[in-house]
Amino acid sequence: MSSLEMNDSRSEPSFLSRFFEGRRVRRLIRHRSFMIGLWLCLFVTVIAVLAPVISPVDPNKMAIRSRFQPPSFEFLLGTDNLGRDLFSRVAWGARLSLAIGLGVVLLNAVFGVLLGALAGYFRRLDGILMRLSDALMAFPSVLLAIGIAAAMGASAMTAVISLAVVYIPRTARILRASVLQVNELEFVNAARAAGAGDFHILRRHILPNCMAPLVVQLSFVFAYAILSEAVLSFLGLGAAPTDPSWGIMISEGRSYIREAPWMTVIPGMAIAITVLGLNLLGDGLRDVLDPRVKMEH
Amino acid sequence: MSKTPLLSVRDLSKHFTIRSPFRGTTVGTVQAVNRVSFDIGEGETLGLVGESGCGKSTTGRLLLRLIEPDRGEVLFQGRDLLKLDARELKAVRKSIQIVFQDPFSSLNPRMTVEDIVTEPLYVQGGMTRRDMRDRARMLLDRVGLNAAHITRYPHEFSGGQRQRIGIARALAADPRFIVCDEAVSALDVSVQAQVINLLQDLQEEFNLSYLFIAHDLSVVRHISDRVAVMYLGEVVEIAGKDALYASPRHPYTQALLAAIPVAHPRLRGKRARLGGEVSSALNPPPGCRFSQRCPFARDVCRKEPPALRGLGERHQVACHFAEELQAVAA
Repeated sequence: MSSLEMNDSRSEPSFLSRFFEGRRVRRLIRHRSFMIGLWLCLFVTVIAVLAPVISPVDPNKMAIRSRFQPPSFEFLLGTDNLGRDLFSRVAWGARLSLAIGLGVVLLNAVFGVLLGALAGYFRRLDGILMRLSDALMAFPSVLLAIGIAAAMGASAMTAVISLAVVYIPRTARILRASVLQVNELEFVNAARAAGAGDFHILRRHILPNCMAPLVVQLSFVFAYAILSEAVLSFLGLGAAPTDPSWGIMISEGRSYIREAPWMTVIPGMAIAITVLGLNLLGDGLRDVLDPRVKMEH
Repeated sequence: MSKTPLLSVRDLSKHFTIRSPFRGTTVGTVQAVNRVSFDIGEGETLGLVGESGCGKSTTGRLLLRLIEPDRGEVLFQGRDLLKLDARELKAVRKSIQIVFQDPFSSLNPRMTVEDIVTEPLYVQGGMTRRDMRDRARMLLDRVGLNAAHITRYPHEFSGGQRQRIGIARALAADPRFIVCDEAVSALDVSVQAQVINLLQDLQEEFNLSYLFIAHDLSVVRHISDRVAVMYLGEVVEIAGKDALYASPRHPYTQALLAAIPVAHPRLRGKRARLGGEVSSALNPPPGCRFSQRCPFARDVCRKEPPALRGLGERHQVACHFAEELQAVAA
């Protein structure tokens, strides 16, 4: 019956292998933009992980004599106004961006699921939780993040928290919708008729069947978080000025855009590649896992 | 059929209120189930028939408190289920189970057959993992599935097999009473027959009582001991199946039975057809709910709702003129 399937569901499958069962994996592999996105993301991840190994010099090492060097064999991606090697800085910047993106995604996964499940399952909480999320979503997302980051003081951690606050209502809303939908299915009634409690029903029946839209949503949150972090850093509300952040690099390069355009173009391309990769990945996941969901931002 | 019923339902009602989305004021009330009463004896099957939307599924769910009733009593083994607290209710749930109509949405696609079938045992507690697995194997075998398929997922089974898994789950905690909510309606006719036979075998083996909800009158006739007919949230007639099918007293039952397709060309065409639409449960007529479509309706029918009353042995009808109609039919 299932000899064609890639993972064998007989042998105590883990959550992930159950979620990405054989036919889904094969559809993802055949999905061209998903694979392009996957390769781009892997590329950025490898650079981030290997940053200490592959970067030729310390990203913060200044060399006054080699300022404003265009890309060459000696300086692969050129140098900036302080003579810092842009290749090293972009590679270390990938670490920062991915770390911040991951932080936002994790906070979203935890609180988005918690609030979405509470609102969708305990209908008494629905009104107040969703009105709160409406209030947060009424602000343009970047503006709200700027406001929160400005109020808390600039640092990478405040960037993570402010971006999480911006995106958690959106994630919670998507999860709430799935919870409402799954809650109507008969197997939930069967569990209830067997005497199962709310916690058991949520954990065993509802949440496992809400994962597809959640995964899709989180992949987009990842992309938006990286983009917004660059915006915050550009405005001086994100990472510390000494950190090699892509947003800060663009901000610094702005003053020299005529003389040394590579200073802005290189980190800009890094952001574009990462966000493009994550979006393609998310589009593919959406097409395969959850064709009904269409994102609006 | 013993004298004291296993389950006794009295005046069970559920009215859904429709609220205005902005002001929160009540706009209307849907009387989904209204003052429904019936008994089900030990080892007995009560068929519950009626057209779509007449409240038969809601009635089944009210019994299990999957939907909370507004009023009435559900006496199970002498205890009123509606007065139990959460802990007592959980204990009683072992004894009352349900088999659903849709063999697809009734099984969690992310659980193995073993997890699905043993869930009532797991929830109720007190059994080891190994004992639960043994019981799941036994149950699968009993409902006619291969016990070795215990580690498979629902999508690997056909509709009929899935329905058997649902039945195995319902049997897991050793129930006394099972609500079969259109349990065979979604299946092919040949598979229907197999599942009905299975249900009858299980009934005999475990001395189960069924509330068999269906819209297929011939299926109900086959499996039931007694049959209750619902119209617009109310029971209009209850009788032993032979009495009901042979001499229906309520005009709605008569029309319903006349609507069964006859596989004989000369007997066709002599049917009593009903005109009009089912009245809205949102605003039911003040008297008899069937009065607007009833060919025999008189003034009293439009003013006074008829009560369900005994008429002969174990035959109850909610019609003001049941005796007269009987005389006409005879």
